[in-house]
Amino acid sequence: MDLLKRYIPVLFLLALVVIIQLVTQFTETTYYLTQLTMSAYYSVVVIGLCVLMGYGGQISLGHAGFFAIGGYLAGTLTTHNLLPFKEQGLVVFLDKVGFLVAGKDLYGGDLLTVEPWAACIGAVLASGIIALAIGGPVLKLKGHYLAMATLGFGIIIYRIVLASAYFGEADGISEVPGFMLLPGIEVSGSFRARTLNYYIAWGMVICGVILLLNLIHSRVGRALRSIHGAEEAANAMGVNTARYKLYIFVLSAVFAAFAGVFMTHYNGGIGPSEAGIMKSVRYVAIVAVGGMANLWGALVMGIVLNFLSLRGVFGSYDDAVFGAILIIIMLFAPQGILKINLWQQVKQLLSHLNPAFRQENTE
Amino acid sequence: MKRVLSSVFAVVISFCLIAGFTPASVARAENIKVGAILAVTGGASFLGGPESRTLEMMVQEINATGGINGNKIELIVKDSAGDPEKAISFAKQLIEEDKVFAIIGPSTSGETMKIKNIAEEAQMILISCAAAEVIVNPVAKYVFKTPQKDSHAVEKIYGTMKDMGISKIAILTGNTGFGNAGKGQLEKIAPEFGIEILASEVYDKKETDLSAVVAKLMANKDIQAVVNWSIVPAQGILAKNMRQAGWEVPLFQSHGFGNIKYVEAGGAASEGIIFPAGRLLVAEDLPDTNPQKALLIKYKNDYESKFTDQVSTFGGHAYDALTILVRGIKKAGLDKEKVRDAIENLQGVAGTAGIFNFSPEDHNGLDINSFEMLTVKDGKFAIYQK
Amino acid sequence: MTPELFIQYLFAGITYGIIYAIVAIGFNIIYNTTGIINFAQGEFVMLGGMIVITMHAFMPMPLAIAVAVLITMGVGALIEMFFIRWLQSPSVLRMIIITIGISILAREAALHIWGESVRTLPYFIGNEVTSVEILGARISPQVLWVIGVCSLMVAGLSLFFKFTSLGREMRACAANRRAATLCGINTKNMVTLSFVLSAGIGAMAGCVMSPITYSEYDMGPGLAIKGFTVAILGGLGNSVAAVTAGLLLGIIEAFSISVLPLAFKDAIATSILLIILFIRPHGLFGSSEAASLKEF
Repeated sequence: MDLLKRYIPVLFLLALVVIIQLVTQFTETTYYLTQLTMSAYYSVVVIGLCVLMGYGGQISLGHAGFFAIGGYLAGTLTTHNLLPFKEQGLVVFLDKVGFLVAGKDLYGGDLLTVEPWAACIGAVLASGIIALAIGGPVLKLKGHYLAMATLGFGIIIYRIVLASAYFGEADGISEVPGFMLLPGIEVSGSFRARTLNYYIAWGMVICGVILLLNLIHSRVGRALRSIHGAEEAANAMGVNTARYKLYIFVLSAVFAAFAGVFMTHYNGGIGPSEAGIMKSVRYVAIVAVGGMANLWGALVMGIVLNFLSLRGVFGSYDDAVFGAILIIIMLFAPQGILKINLWQQVKQLLSHLNPAFRQENTE
Repeated sequence: MKRVLSSVFAVVISFCLIAGFTPASVARAENIKVGAILAVTGGASFLGGPESRTLEMMVQEINATGGINGNKIELIVKDSAGDPEKAISFAKQLIEEDKVFAIIGPSTSGETMKIKNIAEEAQMILISCAAAEVIVNPVAKYVFKTPQKDSHAVEKIYGTMKDMGISKIAILTGNTGFGNAGKGQLEKIAPEFGIEILASEVYDKKETDLSAVVAKLMANKDIQAVVNWSIVPAQGILAKNMRQAGWEVPLFQSHGFGNIKYVEAGGAASEGIIFPAGRLLVAEDLPDTNPQKALLIKYKNDYESKFTDQVSTFGGHAYDALTILVRGIKKAGLDKEKVRDAIENLQGVAGTAGIFNFSPEDHNGLDINSFEMLTVKDGKFAIYQK
Repeated sequence: MTPELFIQYLFAGITYGIIYAIVAIGFNIIYNTTGIINFAQGEFVMLGGMIVITMHAFMPMPLAIAVAVLITMGVGALIEMFFIRWLQSPSVLRMIIITIGISILAREAALHIWGESVRTLPYFIGNEVTSVEILGARISPQVLWVIGVCSLMVAGLSLFFKFTSLGREMRACAANRRAATLCGINTKNMVTLSFVLSAGIGAMAGCVMSPITYSEYDMGPGLAIKGFTVAILGGLGNSVAAVTAGLLLGIIEAFSISVLPLAFKDAIATSILLIILFIRPHGLFGSSEAASLKEF
């Protein structure tokens, strides 16, 4: 029964997703589905990051880098022409295994590219391996050092995609083909496939949420919470803290990479802005606002904030809004917007201004 | 549990608010909705800022004189900040939700390429203010662009160099889309003019000091001229670094130098820079018979009196885009397909970038004569005299 | 490499190195008194540059610089009072997020006040083409101004911290905040003072470097990252080491151009940051025990 209780919110979410889609269909406002789909993919990154930051206690100011690794690799593998390299061993091997697909490029010439499924697996695998490689040294750091190391990682990825011709330099990758998941189900931005893609995106979110919920309530989750609470104590109790931290880091990187792959196929392309610092800061802002260890809070905030941003509701003040949100939430509701205790914070402020109000304050 | 319910509740409420708030396309049959996706803020704001201001100014003026055939224009500007994913989202929004008549923009090539297919699939007229060749080659039925061809700019530069007897050069480019495209053209076309590129360096768009790379290049005494291709402030910084180091070789810039602010920023070091540009910057010096002169002077005066900003060729791309659209509507009325056909067959339309002659194969419409070689004299732009 | 080329690279390296060092010292001052890494440090430099250009339209240069520095110091104080002061032992993550938020807001405010274009201050001596010849290399007099003013600031700060009572109080605060409070030092004011000081030196640097590098609303983050790299390279909290580390990074960047394509210049600083963090997080000159004693 406990098991069922855990999944009831997921069922709610599923029902909500379907209801919204039907509502938009009846009110002839199906265009909302576009921004909802894009927000869903961003939220996959957010929930992975939420578990890393909230339950694992690790800051990551470079998570957009993993999104970019996934998206860019999927994009380049499915668009770059391998025909010039037809004779080389690796290409021949890939062809034999059936990973390559022939097509036509922009100008009508012949094109040989990697098949989207293979590209997806490759991109996610690469992201996971990179996370594994840098996770070791990075997670040994704490506090500011950890933040700056992750920031540095994000910057390096950004510089790499900006500087290499292979990754399209400043223009990014375009003309990325659709991703045929199963016959008849394709991830693409075409107007006809809008409802289908909406469900694919939200399907990914729901799968991700279920996976993370299971994780949180499992042995790994308990270990993580113990690490977050008191790392030395956890170590003393025999919990292999380093291994668990690395595990959750890699998992969140894989989440981000999947989101990147699917988003790139949906958008038909990707640009260096997806790897930038501002994107990483946005993800952190959303997790902070939603509540560090609150998966649902992060998800809700991820959807709402990205939806509004993608609709241009904030206009030219988009970045300013995120900056303001960061400050306001961190000042008034450090546990996230759902745990806001306004009265407590106001009392705290007053106690600073007037000693007469000074009270016993605990953070 | 309560928390989850409350958050679900919050989402539903906010969704309804948003859905409710957004006014449905009030289709007052008179208004022509024109959408614009521009990088008003962010890294490409020196493009999108002047472009959006130009559009607002023009729309105001058109509406003040009664609109097009009595229909007023409603301009919807979306600030993409140069991010392709925002451009995609806004494009879909403008097409499906606002149901605009046409889209002007985006400001950068990267964004344009991402929405080219979307516009084509939705059969939406898209007039881009970005320069990449690939936007109109291969030609897409509904996609046009207004900036001149990079290859023509390069040909103009190399032609001038040949006249000056220069054959060995160094090139520096910024790492933006514009810079990379320029680098590609510079390297491709060099052999045709007998030019040899001895050194090629790429700098970051935020670079603030090029004195070290200038020192490195200066050491190579064979270099007879330097070509800088970028659209960022580093254009002025390079000039300063070169002259301070005492390196007096000719400095050529791209048409990205087309803003007097860069000249001012470079100060005395900007003297003698040679670059190709549209004639907007030397409007007064043109002979009165020039078909562009009148509209250029008017645009310059209107823009500078309305905004505390100097006119630049970048804003001109948006000017041309709207001019072309308005011409098309004047010719063909309010049927999108007919307007598209009309635009495709426009001939001899004078704009800021040159004279446009469209055809089904050429959705850019400008040839090499759209460029004039300019130079900087006494801190002002002047036509380059051989 | 000819001697002239060497000197040219050297000066380019020293100019930027000392600017990075100033930003790093700004980080260190705030970090020492509060344990906070101020991600908005780069914005102080930006504000100094932007404000002085606006002021210069109304008043002569020296006055404009003084006003710009004072206004930025005021902004620093305001930031401290409104955002930092009333937090009780906040977590590292919280502080990082808040200062990132402040940095974003400062940038957006600058964008909407001054627009997106670059602005520049006139050269203090001469103009854009004047240069002086030093040991065979030709450099702009402004470079000498930058090096001179920044060195003076560094010297002034060391004297301040060593010989004035206020400076000693700040050092006490940095060493052990609780003990300092017990000694009767008003630690709250020390915190405000540290922000004011950091803002001041950042603004001053922003003013002198404006003719060389131009000022635009977006120049903060790049400087902040380089400044932070330098601070960590020298050992977080150690300002003398920051100067050495700054010069080191500047010179490495400048000389890298002779062997690597220019396109990789920025990757060098980031790579150094990551390498130092992985191998020796307490910096070249820090000690690991002291670093681990600092509370995070």
